[in-house]
Amino acid sequence: MGAATPATPAMASTPRTPALDIRQGLEKLATYPFAILTYVDETGYPVSVAVQAAFDPAAGTATFAAPAGLTVPTGVDVSLTGSHIRPQPGYGYDERRHVTVWGRATRTGDRITFAAARAWGWDEAEVPFFEYSERSVGQSKRYFDALSVERGTPVKPKLSFGWLALRTTRLPFLSATIVPVVLGIAIAARQGSFDLLTAVLTVIGAAFVQLGLNVANDVFDSALGADDANVTPTQFSGGSRVIQYGLVSFRQMAGLATTFYVLAGVVGLVLLGLRGSTALLVIGVVGFVVSLGYTAPPLKFVYRGLGEIAVAIGFGPLMLLGAYVVQTRGALTWEPFVASLPVALLVALILYVNEIPDLRGDARAGKRTLPVRFSKAAVIGGYRGAAIAAYAILVGGVVAGLLPVPALLALLSIPLALQVSRGLEPNYDNPYGLMAVMGVNVKVHLYAGLLLLVGYAVVLILGAVAPSVSLFVGR
Amino acid sequence: MSTLPEPVEQLLDAALVGELSVVDGTGHPVTYPLIPLYDGAKIYLTSSTLFSRKLEHIKGNPRVSLSITDPVAVGGRTDRATIQGDARVIEEDPHGGWERLLPIWEKKEPSIVYFLKARVALPLFFERSLIEITPRRAFYWADGDAAAAPVVSDAGKAAA
Repeated sequence: MGAATPATPAMASTPRTPALDIRQGLEKLATYPFAILTYVDETGYPVSVAVQAAFDPAAGTATFAAPAGLTVPTGVDVSLTGSHIRPQPGYGYDERRHVTVWGRATRTGDRITFAAARAWGWDEAEVPFFEYSERSVGQSKRYFDALSVERGTPVKPKLSFGWLALRTTRLPFLSATIVPVVLGIAIAARQGSFDLLTAVLTVIGAAFVQLGLNVANDVFDSALGADDANVTPTQFSGGSRVIQYGLVSFRQMAGLATTFYVLAGVVGLVLLGLRGSTALLVIGVVGFVVSLGYTAPPLKFVYRGLGEIAVAIGFGPLMLLGAYVVQTRGALTWEPFVASLPVALLVALILYVNEIPDLRGDARAGKRTLPVRFSKAAVIGGYRGAAIAAYAILVGGVVAGLLPVPALLALLSIPLALQVSRGLEPNYDNPYGLMAVMGVNVKVHLYAGLLLLVGYAVVLILGAVAPSVSLFVGR
Repeated sequence: MSTLPEPVEQLLDAALVGELSVVDGTGHPVTYPLIPLYDGAKIYLTSSTLFSRKLEHIKGNPRVSLSITDPVAVGGRTDRATIQGDARVIEEDPHGGWERLLPIWEKKEPSIVYFLKARVALPLFFERSLIEITPRRAFYWADGDAAAAPVVSDAGKAAA
């Protein structure tokens, strides 16, 4: 890889667990019902024996009866370990935690005094397993590097092609593109403009744009250190992490992003050739700039607190109007623009909420997202305000006669938005608790968009069977 | 063929967790809680590459021990054991080589099969190497109390 290859210094230096001093280590050890004394015996093998110890964390010592029949060495390090699980029949176990304190033993009569020197441990109640794993990615990289040197050939972690493709491209998030594009096509169809070939090409081209964006986002977030600094990624946030995990190289990801953008460009040129208009050209160029500039220097919208706006514009008006003008050969009306606004706000809210668990890593990487810049109360208030605005615009559009009455079906997604609103407060500082909230938030956008499409399907069907009936207020 | 005393084997079969102790490069013992898997002759443990420091230690010094001390992890049994042995890291195929142990792992942790199906969510956790321990000596405390000297048996002699 070249000079742009992201090293992983942040990952390598990220502590796997919070540092423990000897007092904390002994205090934790004292909570276990027994301690496991371990030392290396005269044959060179470790030996462990359970002991009942009395701890004095302030003095940094523990005392216990010398185990019978064993010779505990003095003058070399021995250790005391506490280990806990809670069995869960039919499942396995949970409540994992362990702590080890190293030190020297001295024997006085039948008692041993242990003087602590250092401590280490992990408690999944303090550092969740997923975070602990993420903090250990550097160790995995070192393992594979060493194995590669040992074998004289690269050894890498693997995933099946299907899973790798899904993870690398973040394919499930394509709903963010499908919804506005199909809606734009549906609105054009309602107005009497529909061409199947260009409609299909529009969906494919827009999908390539988003896939390019998704992959490019990982490339630039890796190059700029944001993904390396994030130790609490979730399935909705923190990027695909295929570069960090060594599943796909930086160079391969850069090549993949380029390929997607080139394919999108080819489809765009075909569409220009088939249904060319100035409006489509402008939307296409602006869309490309917004998509690539989302994380790419020099624009780096997301690093400047403009990511939410870029996503709103890109996955709202640009996608929807772009699909619309392909069908209408460049003619524009207010209807698709108004319809794009709630979609834009709700898609921006996906990013907005997904940025909450990333905020510490983003802050370390200088990524000034809105959750990084504003307080918890302001961020939650911002969510509520934007969601209310999305539904208010929808209602206003219907009342003003710009959107059809069946578009109000999208209001059925309000309970999901309320669920997200209620879930933000208690889970704000818990990335893994937020996962369920983020999942519902994705559904808010998806369901609102699908319900809008159902509304337009009703309009199209009614228009076919009863052309005289208007579903617009005031018409 | 078994080389360990029967009660020690029973503990190995029952244990949801044991403590693997290895010797690091400076000669210090380092202890890791892991699920012990016993096939009747050798003891196996698996280690994700995420937590592979122990593998480095074993490659540097194969002398290890596995202790089973927690009554909660062995269904309430109060006896305890420590098995010393020589460890070998098996890492020909970190992606799938360890899956041959899945049947005995699943008996102790049924959820592992579910998690494996979703390995896309945590791919590096399922990149794993095997630790194979050939038992050499066993210490057994029938009542679990270190006030009494353990019964020490040579695993090689037990086999003979």
